[in-house]
Amino acid sequence: MNTTHYPSAYIFQAPETHTLSVIVDNEPGVLARVVGLFSGRGYNIESLTVSETEHEKHLSRITIVTTGTPMVIEQIKNQLDRLVPVHRVVDLTVTGRVLARELALIKVKGKGEARVEALRLADAFRARVVDANTESFVFELTGKSDKIDEFVGLMGPLGLVEYSRTGVAAISRGPDPM
Amino acid sequence: MSRQMTGAEMVIAALQDQGVEVLFGYPGGSVLPIYDEIFKQEKIKHVLVRHEQGAVHAAEGYARSTGKVGAVLVTSGPGATNAVTGLTDALLDSIPLVCITGQVPTHLIGNDAFQECDTVGITRPCTKHNWLVKRIEDLPRILHEAFHVAKSGRPGPVVIDIPKDVQFATGTYHGPKNIQHKTYRPKVKGDMDAIRHAVQMIGKAHRPIFYTGGGVINSGPAASQLLRELVKTTGFPITSTLMGLGAYPGNDEQFLGMLGMHGTLEANMAMHESDLIICVGARFDDRITGRLDAFAPHAKKIHIDIDPSSINKIIKVDVPIVGDVAHVLEDMVRVWKQTQPQIDKAALQKWWDKIAVWRGRKCLAYRASDEIIKPQYAIQRLQEAVKGKDVYFTTEVGQHQMWAAQFLKFDEPNRWMTSGGLGTMGYGIPAAVGVQMAHPGSLVIDIAGEASVMMTMQEISTAVQYRLPIKIFILNNHYMGMVRQWQELLHGGRYSESYSHALPDFVKLAEAMGGVGIRCEKPSELDAKIAEMIAVKKPVIFDCVVDPAENCFPMIPSGKAHNEMLFGEAVEDIGNVIDEKGKMLV
Repeated sequence: MNTTHYPSAYIFQAPETHTLSVIVDNEPGVLARVVGLFSGRGYNIESLTVSETEHEKHLSRITIVTTGTPMVIEQIKNQLDRLVPVHRVVDLTVTGRVLARELALIKVKGKGEARVEALRLADAFRARVVDANTESFVFELTGKSDKIDEFVGLMGPLGLVEYSRTGVAAISRGPDPM
Repeated sequence: MSRQMTGAEMVIAALQDQGVEVLFGYPGGSVLPIYDEIFKQEKIKHVLVRHEQGAVHAAEGYARSTGKVGAVLVTSGPGATNAVTGLTDALLDSIPLVCITGQVPTHLIGNDAFQECDTVGITRPCTKHNWLVKRIEDLPRILHEAFHVAKSGRPGPVVIDIPKDVQFATGTYHGPKNIQHKTYRPKVKGDMDAIRHAVQMIGKAHRPIFYTGGGVINSGPAASQLLRELVKTTGFPITSTLMGLGAYPGNDEQFLGMLGMHGTLEANMAMHESDLIICVGARFDDRITGRLDAFAPHAKKIHIDIDPSSINKIIKVDVPIVGDVAHVLEDMVRVWKQTQPQIDKAALQKWWDKIAVWRGRKCLAYRASDEIIKPQYAIQRLQEAVKGKDVYFTTEVGQHQMWAAQFLKFDEPNRWMTSGGLGTMGYGIPAAVGVQMAHPGSLVIDIAGEASVMMTMQEISTAVQYRLPIKIFILNNHYMGMVRQWQELLHGGRYSESYSHALPDFVKLAEAMGGVGIRCEKPSELDAKIAEMIAVKKPVIFDCVVDPAENCFPMIPSGKAHNEMLFGEAVEDIGNVIDEKGKMLV
């Protein structure tokens, strides 16, 4: 049996992270279709946010942060585009002008020096205090995902109780729509 | 033309407006209003199957043999879940179907009501699209939209789930309108720059091959004609996938036979050694490519497909052309005529010489026998007996399917119905029922295995009821043959649960069901008994007792490359050539 090694026609590629904006018809089940596509085909979802953006036109915008090789990313976009209620799929990462932000609510409990330190750091991160009493704070922080990661990390030893984050919302820079 | 009517009436009106003549279905509680309307009309013929899976496969056979949309009607709960296998089968083979399912009344949805299931949830991944109709106002639009989605672009199955109260509700019906769908707009015309580039590449190729698939057939008869024209003009060799058989005449000199796991040596070697692959309506499935890093290592690739997600999914191609095969081929032929590329005739002749050597190996050869019927021989005799007849073939899944694909020669598209992508055992009998409904005067033969047949044989009863003289030609080797073959090659000959114990007496079975049974055990009897089978104007089970040890060759073991094929004579070595990774791929 011939077992010669042949020049590779198959491309081995490094994975990349892409932010996709998907405009969909806001009909029942559309999110299930998108999520089912990702789970069914084994794609990654790092973050997914969805909300109605144009009420009169009945449109929602789904922002998905995903990781895969360039071939997989191309597949993801084509598979999304193929779903019947999908209007448009835009890869904001490819356009190179992606603006991505996330919001987090962070609950920190503490007294004395730890409490003062938490407040000081919150100030440095431009987190707002949205709930406060003598025992705890809830901070609201908006920014890039890694900024939130960092802030949450710092709160750990200072009495972090729990936190909730929205996932990434993204838009392209400049005057033009995507 | 808008009229007031109930939801159930709308369903029938829409089916009629969409040109549906045959509806395959099974009644139940939550579709009774629709069945009541069926009772009151004559235009649509309802075929009562014996199991909902059979309804969907029958609709697939109907759709595939006519090019029309297949229509299915089943009830909620078990009716819908039984249809799932057929829907998945149709999705993978791109067969246009509209499946209407009943649902419990809207106020009961989510309450675990009797015969309730989340039909749209369950069928979401196995349909092209699906709808739950909660308001009567939406019903006419969705009914027409469903047909549009099913048949346009890359065809596929769709499901419309209609709660019983919506079937009873009254609303305004309107007929199909030529409206543009707001989101769904498949691309039909190919990019002209890409087409020109492709024609240039075709003109310069030295070792080219056309690799064609089911997309050519789905695109319609014009696509097959254009393909033939292009292949003839270029003088290139052509191979086809399982799903594409018939798009190009099987007996033509330029046709190398099917490619892939059980494809011919000449087809697979030509793919492997080629410098240009022109893929037309095929999708580089794993049964075709074998080991990916060794797939056609020297070839540039042109890929014509209507579905952008088929392109660069498995194999990176050089020139993708997104569009309908017929439209793209039409443009290609036109550009070819305009630019008149000069093919290097000497190089092409050298290529054909090389192919002739591979052909000379006669890879489909098998050891003939006077004692025992070889399955390949049975198919050859069958093919001989139906020559010149108006014949359609369906198959089940397994060795018999591959032998049928290897040995049957099709001159026309839409004559070959088989479960390719999903590989559904039990496809053949109901599909034959669907084909025979569409072509009452034609000869319809299901080439079957005794194990597959057991999965959906209740549909013989359907064939008897509607006087459909389908012929079930069982290559009975007393094994799940393909399972046995893999166990022999990969699992040390440990035939775990692959022997067909306690088979019925198929002759008596046929008689009990109201058909005719014929058993054939000797090669010498074959011709006479096949003639008898064809002559009978009733459903026939033909129990052809064949060599139980015969394996289906050639074969590319999974995880191997196109030039690492196994042949009939090589049986001894087989155990060593499949590595652990290959076992995973089965």
